Amino acid sequence: MTKNYKLTTKNSSSDRRIWLLIGATALIAALFVPFSQLFLHVEYDYTLRTVALGGALLGIVSGVLGCFAVLRRQSLLGDALSHAALPGVAIAFLLAGRDLGLLLIGAGVTSWLGVYFIRLVTGTTRIKQDAAMGIVLAAWFAAGIALLVYIQARPDASQAGLDTFIFGQAAAIIERDVRLIAAVGTVSFIVLALFWKEFKLITFDAEFAGANGFRVNLLSMALSTLIVVAIVLGLQLAGVILMVGMLIASGIAARQWTNQLGQMVILSAVFGAFAGGAGAIISAIDADIPTGPLIVVVAFLLVAISLGFAPGRGLVWTLLRRLSDRRRFAAQTMLQDLYHYAIDHGRADLPAPESFLFGVRGATAKEGLRQLHARGQVQRSNGAWMLTPAGIEAASRDDRNHQLWAVYRQYADDLALPAIAEDRQQDIADLLPPESVAKLEFKLDTIRNAAAPPAQEQSLPNAVTDH
Amino acid sequence: MSVLSGNGPHDDANTALEIDDLTVAYNSKPAIWDIDLRVPEGVLMAVIGPNGAGKSTLIKAALKLIPRAAGTVQFYGQPYEHVRGLVGYVPQRGSVDWDFPTTVLDVVSMGLYGRLGWIRRPGQSERESALHALEQVGMQDFADRQISQLSGGQQQRTFLARALVQDARIYLMDEPFAAVDAVTERAIITIMRELRARGKTVVVVHHDLQTAPEYFDWVTLLNVEIVATGPIATTFTPENLRRTYGGRVAYLQEGQQIAGLEKE
Repeated sequence: MTKNYKLTTKNSSSDRRIWLLIGATALIAALFVPFSQLFLHVEYDYTLRTVALGGALLGIVSGVLGCFAVLRRQSLLGDALSHAALPGVAIAFLLAGRDLGLLLIGAGVTSWLGVYFIRLVTGTTRIKQDAAMGIVLAAWFAAGIALLVYIQARPDASQAGLDTFIFGQAAAIIERDVRLIAAVGTVSFIVLALFWKEFKLITFDAEFAGANGFRVNLLSMALSTLIVVAIVLGLQLAGVILMVGMLIASGIAARQWTNQLGQMVILSAVFGAFAGGAGAIISAIDADIPTGPLIVVVAFLLVAISLGFAPGRGLVWTLLRRLSDRRRFAAQTMLQDLYHYAIDHGRADLPAPESFLFGVRGATAKEGLRQLHARGQVQRSNGAWMLTPAGIEAASRDDRNHQLWAVYRQYADDLALPAIAEDRQQDIADLLPPESVAKLEFKLDTIRNAAAPPAQEQSLPNAVTDH
Repeated sequence: MSVLSGNGPHDDANTALEIDDLTVAYNSKPAIWDIDLRVPEGVLMAVIGPNGAGKSTLIKAALKLIPRAAGTVQFYGQPYEHVRGLVGYVPQRGSVDWDFPTTVLDVVSMGLYGRLGWIRRPGQSERESALHALEQVGMQDFADRQISQLSGGQQQRTFLARALVQDARIYLMDEPFAAVDAVTERAIITIMRELRARGKTVVVVHHDLQTAPEYFDWVTLLNVEIVATGPIATTFTPENLRRTYGGRVAYLQEGQQIAGLEKE
């Protein structure tokens, strides 16, 4: 079998690039600690170490699980669910008092009920998911605020600080919380690793998963539960309002760099760790800088950089590619124009009047001729452009390639040639094995000899050019 | 299961799919009503009917992807849960996000997940099966391609390969010819004919009345209820088409030509 080696090498080189990126981000994250000590005069006291470690771990957990929220087009579900956690915190406090474990369990329960409600409503009524999420976000959050205000009005000092769950308060994080994040995060990762194939399948094509006997509803609820877990773990640090940022930012950023789910998840974890750690450290420069919002700001800086510069998808990349495409196509067009104009008039190095070229092609002519001139493929004399010997050679090679593609399209089946993706910008000889190219060359020459008497060999047979 | 798989002697009176009294309703309006259908083994069958006739609903209900209001469905005389491995499904390609971060080969491998069962990961032998299926649809060079780079026709072939890799005995395909070019359409019909030649049964939701007599040897005309089902030569008649579509279709005004279409 003919393996398209170009594709394979391209793929493995992009693989290498991702691992480089992952390594580089990890390295920058590691170097950030001495950098902040030396230049930002950050003191790594116990509190900062705890908060930075907690932020980094939380970044990893929410980065990994957030990828699935992003891919399932449920980024805003994360927002609804984090808001839906607030009444749980309040109810748990009313029932059991100020115990962090119980508060988080309460948060998880109401948040999870929010997921269930959204699924129920979208599954049984005509209400769409965005409306259902809006209902949960507003209703649950309103209930939470109402309960908090009620609690704060009570003559009881222990409620102090409960409202930190709204905006988050990193300084409140102690070593026990970090251990909790690490432990729960590890359990989530084990579940994710075990059901990786199933989660991937329901995220890509739930219908097909159902037809193949997978319990789609169960898996979907399990995945949503993991996302709820990530949200609940982050409440103390980021608060119910900003938690969605931690959840989805690193996933969105990671998606720009890779086309593999596994790589995306790992990269998202590294981005999350970087944002969580660096955000906490930067906020330590001044006691007045809040940690949670700063982590989210760093995370979205990563998103901005990724949207701008990621190869293939980034904004800068897209603009550059568009520019280089325009130049390349203009040059190719003018090369062919000059070549055919000259050939049609009898000899390959016949000059074509500039006014004629500009009249026919406009701006393309100007750009294309500039490119070709820079390559030494055309020269100008007396207000006309002609191909240089190098230009004639390039043009005839390009022309030949174009005709081979046309023959390939028409006769690939008849000649039993391997199926390849049609891409006329590429040299067909690079994509097909030599014996197939030989068959194509032979076929093209046969057609040309049959269609045209030897004297007019340059003119193209209709069978090939007419599409 | 092992008795049923492979190319052993046909059992259960050569019926691949049997549907009895099947009704599915959305918001108290029946999408399909009291369907009785018997698909013999080894046919290439089109399910034809106007928009909203319940063609996709029929397939999804047969696979228990949507709840049924009433009725039973049996594949080779058994409920679907017992014979999943014998049934291959090709959903409409518009039903998934083609920007999902994965490769063509990976999507095709998903056809083997059901056989692998829970937790087990696909390995080298699954990879080879998937590559082989890609070869069958002429997409072997696209194995490592990111799926967002595929054209519509290539997406459809990828979905087809994902079903082929299941090596099922009956295939249910939801509009595989929708918005694909002529070359892809020809490639797909060739693959379907190869499947039939190997004794497989293929059920296809189809839209194009012109090509139906050429492509298929069996047909079910559906408009919420079954209008007619049977060999295409005797079932795909102007009379039955009028009963399916009403007199609305311009094509039917020249109804006489339909019977003669095959000879042209």
